[in-house]
Amino acid sequence: MTFKDKIIQSGSGPLQAAGIEILQVNLGYKCNMTCKHCHVQAGPGRDEMMAENNVDALLDALTGTGIGCLDITGGAPELNPHFRRLVRKAREAGLTVIVRSNLTIYYEPGMEGLFDFYRDHGVEIIASLPHYREAVVDRVRGADVFRKSLSALLLLNSLGYGANGSSLRLNLVYNPQGAFLPPSQAALEEEYKKELSARYGISFNSLYTFINMPIGRFKEFLDRSGNYEKYMEKLKNSFNAGTVCGLMCRRLINVGWDGMLYDCDFNQMAGLAVLPDYPRHIGEFDYSLLGERKIAVDDHCFGCTAGQGST
Amino acid sequence: MSEYYKDEDLDRFCEVGKHSPDLFRKFMDWYNSSLQPGLLTKREKVLIGLAVAHVLQCPYCVDSYTKSCLEEGMTLEHITEAVHAASAVRGGASLIHCIQAHNAADKVSL
Repeated sequence: MTFKDKIIQSGSGPLQAAGIEILQVNLGYKCNMTCKHCHVQAGPGRDEMMAENNVDALLDALTGTGIGCLDITGGAPELNPHFRRLVRKAREAGLTVIVRSNLTIYYEPGMEGLFDFYRDHGVEIIASLPHYREAVVDRVRGADVFRKSLSALLLLNSLGYGANGSSLRLNLVYNPQGAFLPPSQAALEEEYKKELSARYGISFNSLYTFINMPIGRFKEFLDRSGNYEKYMEKLKNSFNAGTVCGLMCRRLINVGWDGMLYDCDFNQMAGLAVLPDYPRHIGEFDYSLLGERKIAVDDHCFGCTAGQGST
Repeated sequence: MSEYYKDEDLDRFCEVGKHSPDLFRKFMDWYNSSLQPGLLTKREKVLIGLAVAHVLQCPYCVDSYTKSCLEEGMTLEHITEAVHAASAVRGGASLIHCIQAHNAADKVSL
């Protein structure tokens, strides 16, 4: 059964947006890392990058709407030359700004002062750390990534990030390191906090457990290892109708590096733009129309409705 | 012997119930209830499953409980540590029988 049919059969579909609270932008696919689970297939060799005119159109779209949060992702979004201006302008407009940072970017040339910039602008950081064990992180994300990530986290802690009661929020992301589902978010968060604090003196606010979407580099792994069919079967069998109401696509719109609009970053990587009945480019952004749009779905969406959900 | 322990046979487990459906249903109810979190967490129960799988050396259970451990956020380091603990208990269970051997030998020795 397709996701489209499943969502209707469960009485929760077709999926429709319930406003737009978050505008998520992918500033480009270039990254200093080539993580094995990356749905974007980001890496140093990618040159897709949002241009200045689309950044300006994005800032225009944020003006005078009900959107309260700008969620910036990539690649490593910090590599986009317009990144800091976008953050500054969005904060001046009163928006919450979230940056999905890979942490190691701080150690690349030209990134000096990046974390001070985050602190000075009250940027919320969501950082990937697939485990609290070094061998696992380095296997998935590359050699020496764990050590660099710890150094970056300690530096962020020293700037006030991740402390209890601090407004500087530092959240971590766990991804399964293969073709299996994540554990309970609450239980793993407790374990991460205990281990990172006891072993390294690191603190953070929340842990998000994400499901690996069967697209991009992870899909290639599934195909290559012969795991694709079983993984899809697992996602489908774990469908939980209770997750549908909170799906991020119902309150978020995603903008690609070229200004095209998508219902989420996963749809962007699957080449599935917003349905043709609606504006499809940031230059034509219409909050009212897009806030009530019907959402484009495909079978990778089973990844967001499996188990406790992933959103 | 290659017809033994085929991957796809695990998915045929329910066929065991074909000739005695009541007993199989009772087993499945018992099995599923036993693995629900109670005083012990799901993670603890999964580790018990992994230990038993290795001590009994059931290939299906090893595959199944290894995946369950990964889904509980554990790594190969956790899994290996648990298998060492299970194997050590199993080793001790053999070794303690050496006393039985000593007793048997003493009984017939001058």
